[in-house]
Amino acid sequence: MNELLERLQRHFDVNNINVLKPGMTTLKIGKDSAEILIRELRDREGYTHLNFITCIDYIEDGIFTLVYMLHNYDSKHTLGVHVDIDREGEEMTSIHTLWAQAWTYQRELREMYGINFPGSPRLDEDFCLEGWDQIPPMRREFDTRAFSEERFGHREGRHSEVPRVHMKMELYPKRGGDEE
Amino acid sequence: MIKTLGTEDTLENAGLTDEEQQLFSNARPRAYEPYPIKAVEDFANWARANSLWILAFGTGCGAIELRPLMTARFDANRFGVAGRPTPRQSSVFIIGGYASVKTLKRIIRSYEQMQGPKFVIALGICPINGGMYFDSYNTVNRFDQYIPVDLYITGCMPRPEVLVAGIMELQNKIKAGRCDGANRYVENFDWYKANQKKVIKNWDMPDYNW
Repeated sequence: MNELLERLQRHFDVNNINVLKPGMTTLKIGKDSAEILIRELRDREGYTHLNFITCIDYIEDGIFTLVYMLHNYDSKHTLGVHVDIDREGEEMTSIHTLWAQAWTYQRELREMYGINFPGSPRLDEDFCLEGWDQIPPMRREFDTRAFSEERFGHREGRHSEVPRVHMKMELYPKRGGDEE
Repeated sequence: MIKTLGTEDTLENAGLTDEEQQLFSNARPRAYEPYPIKAVEDFANWARANSLWILAFGTGCGAIELRPLMTARFDANRFGVAGRPTPRQSSVFIIGGYASVKTLKRIIRSYEQMQGPKFVIALGICPINGGMYFDSYNTVNRFDQYIPVDLYITGCMPRPEVLVAGIMELQNKIKAGRCDGANRYVENFDWYKANQKKVIKNWDMPDYNW
């Protein structure tokens, strides 16, 4: 494992190497060399399986972090490749040429976060959301509750409990929910 | 040859292209009229109540409860319940939990294709008020705004026992002649259609799927 990371560090500008647990490591790489690194991992290092591609929205830092999770069947090792991209310039190299199934993930990311993957097949077709007319719903500036109330409405009589407050009232009713 | 009706009682079918307009009927749905003799209608209702054919369309997580319902332990065949593969042959539509907007479009399409008399069971809390998905961007909160519901079974998830109890309750309602959901749909058709089109933005099917 360490040999692999050393090899990668010699050839690529990888940083933030993080051993999450035995058999799972994440590393971070710049946007431009990400596709070359993933191709190298697939062709030379035995990471032949793409588990998934997902995205994390760090709205405070103004970035999306794309996570490419790769798996090596020989060493039973999972490697997460993190790529930071700009939240507004959203564009990333498509990897559907490496794994055909990647375009499904990229289609999903396009719909849910608005990230563009130039050249990825059927990218602008509707996927889960049909006829969506708002900003992509998984972006954190999208207020899903306000949207739901406006679009779907609520049935009268529904009320929600905060579980913590509710349980305190159940447990200490005489003290008005006061724990002390 | 498509029968062309007068403009006052036809549907607009605005979601279809000119070519597709020729392929689909633009007639409005008609309400079910009971037999004039009450004994005959009661007999028909008794027969309907004892041959409930469920549409095999799992619309949410609740569809998983239909498997044990049909197999050896709960054996819904005792009540004359059977699964059917197509809407044309079924009389009961079980909404198995949450309905996303994409699924709602298919639900409407399937429901309208079912032959009357038809009944809808809403399973779980989600069709009632949204349940745990009450603030989701993609699931409807009040299902009865889009399709008339004859019977609610609440819970998350309801066990097959409750489903059996619900089926027996539905049978009682049918025998008493109180399941008029399909007629409500016809009578308030414009209201239902307006609600449906409010959430389904890419309406590319006929206004009523005959």
